[in-house]
Amino acid sequence: MTTALAVVGSAALVLSGCAESKRESTDNTSGAAGASNATMTFAAAGAPSTFDPFYASDGETFRISRQIFDTLVAFKPGTADMEPGLATSWTPSADGKTWTFKLRTGVKFTDGTPFNADAACKNFERMDKQNDAGQSAAGYWADNMGGFNKSKDDLYQGCTAKGDDTIELKLLRPTSKFPALLGLPSWSMQSPTAMDKGKANDVKAQGDGITQSEYASKMPTGTGAFKFEKYDVQNKTITLVRNDNYWGDKAKIGKLVFKIISDGTSRKQALLAGEVDGYDLPSPVDWPSLKSAGMNLEVRPAFNILYLGLNPSKTPALKDVRVRQALAYGINREQFVKTQLPEGAEVATQWYPKTVDGFSDSVEKYPYDPNKARDLLKQAGQSNLTIDFWYPSEVSRPYMPDPLKVYQAIKSDWEKIGIKVNAVTKPWNGGYLDGTKAGQAPAFLLGWTGDYNTPDNFIANFFSNKSMGIEAYPWGADFRKNMSDNDSIVDPAKRTAAYKTLSDKIMKEYMPGVPISHSPPAIVFGKNISGIVASPLTAEDFATAVKK
Amino acid sequence: MLRYIARRVIQMIGVMFALSLLIFCWLRLLPGGTVSAMLGERATPERAAQLRKTLGLDQPLPVQYWTFLKNAAQGQFGVSSQVQPGTDAMQVFLNRLPATMELAAFAIILALITAIPLGYLAAKRRGGFFDTLGILGSLVGVAVPVFFLAIMLRQYFSVEWHLLPLTGRQSVEATRVTGFFVFDGLITREFDAAWDALKHLILPAIALATIPFAIIFRITRAAVLDVLDEDFVRTAEAKGLTNNVIRRRHVLRNAMLPVVTTIGLQVGGLLTGAVLTETVFSIPGLGDAMKVGFENKDYSVVQVLIVMAALTYVVVNLLVDIAYAYIDPRVRIR
Repeated sequence: MTTALAVVGSAALVLSGCAESKRESTDNTSGAAGASNATMTFAAAGAPSTFDPFYASDGETFRISRQIFDTLVAFKPGTADMEPGLATSWTPSADGKTWTFKLRTGVKFTDGTPFNADAACKNFERMDKQNDAGQSAAGYWADNMGGFNKSKDDLYQGCTAKGDDTIELKLLRPTSKFPALLGLPSWSMQSPTAMDKGKANDVKAQGDGITQSEYASKMPTGTGAFKFEKYDVQNKTITLVRNDNYWGDKAKIGKLVFKIISDGTSRKQALLAGEVDGYDLPSPVDWPSLKSAGMNLEVRPAFNILYLGLNPSKTPALKDVRVRQALAYGINREQFVKTQLPEGAEVATQWYPKTVDGFSDSVEKYPYDPNKARDLLKQAGQSNLTIDFWYPSEVSRPYMPDPLKVYQAIKSDWEKIGIKVNAVTKPWNGGYLDGTKAGQAPAFLLGWTGDYNTPDNFIANFFSNKSMGIEAYPWGADFRKNMSDNDSIVDPAKRTAAYKTLSDKIMKEYMPGVPISHSPPAIVFGKNISGIVASPLTAEDFATAVKK
Repeated sequence: MLRYIARRVIQMIGVMFALSLLIFCWLRLLPGGTVSAMLGERATPERAAQLRKTLGLDQPLPVQYWTFLKNAAQGQFGVSSQVQPGTDAMQVFLNRLPATMELAAFAIILALITAIPLGYLAAKRRGGFFDTLGILGSLVGVAVPVFFLAIMLRQYFSVEWHLLPLTGRQSVEATRVTGFFVFDGLITREFDAAWDALKHLILPAIALATIPFAIIFRITRAAVLDVLDEDFVRTAEAKGLTNNVIRRRHVLRNAMLPVVTTIGLQVGGLLTGAVLTETVFSIPGLGDAMKVGFENKDYSVVQVLIVMAALTYVVVNLLVDIAYAYIDPRVRIR
């Protein structure tokens, strides 16, 4: 084998001249800083599920969608705060059920179709009118709008064009989701002409999947800074080119290629070899070596949470608030964050990060106090408590780079306060998600990365389903009503105050689980790439990238 | 003869039927499923139930299996949910096949052109430094895990020395005709593209060829040693034939029989090895599709891959048996 390697190695060395010349020619096309025809290649961890973001819920699809499409509402670079997108302003009615959006004028989709009130309403009508398969595929609409076809649960009740540059959206009830929700890629404005031509709503279930429309696979058309060029499935690359007629600042690179590299080590090596110009979510273990190699590692503000869920319907001892408080006092979260999480991570004091409106400074804190934990357990008559603790295998999440280490840290701390911990581990998509969501796990690890800056986007996801067994508590119904009432408050200041009160109450009285940490995920680019602003929502705009 | 073929074809259909039942039940009895893979963290029980209903996964297993059989008989194995979402699973298979075949072909060629001459040389210089080195090398070849070798190759040849590309199949724009990138480059006269595709094959092919190389080297060496001890070689030498003639006509020709049998076995193994190699080098072939399909419960794609692999195996066996029966009539009677 050694000899064989030597033979091939020598051959490769002979060939290297050509390899180098190719690399040089690629670099030459990069041009100078600023607008150029340079190509930026970004390594994606997986294939996009579709090019029609309305039917997507995965980050790989959304990253590409954000470059092709614009939304009515945008987010300020580097923050989760709203700013004008294709809508320049918005106003709610006094009851919060009608929203008037003023639209940007003179904008065209890349197929020449004008973007106006008519086009915007056609988009909303299209999103709402879905067949069975479409309803199953359109996860974000189903989760956030509650229903389809103007059903009784459907938040969306209609869109009316008021002239060429104004639309009015009618809602079933007021909600804190509006208008931030419209900044998500799923609500991208797409060309009605192209959608009609490619039969965008023509999806159907077949076997174990849902078919894509011709529009979604071949002709996604938006108003964004880049245009879709092709998806080369045999080479796993997606190519976008600059939209020279873009209404805003035009892209500074000419071409944007997404190369799918599913293996994490390969992505890192590809960046170091100069084969790609960046990739997302580098493992925190690799941060120092990437930095020392001169790569531009951008650490995002933490807009996520890792939490320990508890479910009293599985272990009745958990119904006693003293037991749940003891479990919180018994975890050394400060040490865990310091030793196991990347630089910039913080202990979570409540169920959303501090940048979210509704974050309260006055919540009850649970610093590490094993003595207090033991006392509380004793008072509750649970000094010999045994808990089945679920953690996922085969997965790494932005808020939880290594689930096994989180489990080991908590287990070790809990054993010090006399709790016996039984490990239950399952593959993420092989029973873990299903099991926890169905309320089968007494104690478990889960987390969330926010979609937009509202408390509801966090807590409604944690406490509205069966995973935490909220219905088993005497205060369960009140809590759910609180969440729903707060979500419906129209006045932003009053709503923020109400969420602060709720956060205090959750941490002091309810304590349904333990918020653990907020970890900053990173995105990394090569030495020669600059100009990209890291976003807490992972909504980076690649049009601002400069390749030297 | 026709009756024999008919009987064998019926047997083959029976085998495929049993196999499909096995795959179908096995995949559905695994924990988790396509629904949780498709919905991820955002899966509420209501949405999961709706998706299950839409996909027909709420039906009893026998009903699901019957639907699967009906569709499969028409060549429809459903739509991929994860490997290439929204695309017909058979189309995914066809898209991926050329990458794996190209890689496997390149790897076996690489193994042959190195292992046979080196095995011959090692035997000729039995006990010498070259022989010892060759034996050690082949031992290491079998022992070193493919993924470790792959990572080392990438680290040096790509990251450190910038000699060869690290991932994928091609870095330049090219016309696609057959999906075999090197071949496409040659027939369209886009020689740059062919060369670029070839460079992308070098590292994965080395990784994949390591084990076949080691095995073919050992078999060649042993076979040549056996032949070298034969009387007819000594006779040839005594007759004063040139070394070249002795090597080609007497030694290699006789030594190649066990080697050819081994090569046949190794080709099957290459396709299995491709799963790991394709993953490490991010090559969109069948191995990569199998891995992504399994991890994400993309039943449609996994079913197609297993069924097509089994079908190939069964059909090849059938053809071999028919050939035997043609050559030896006694087989038909048995």
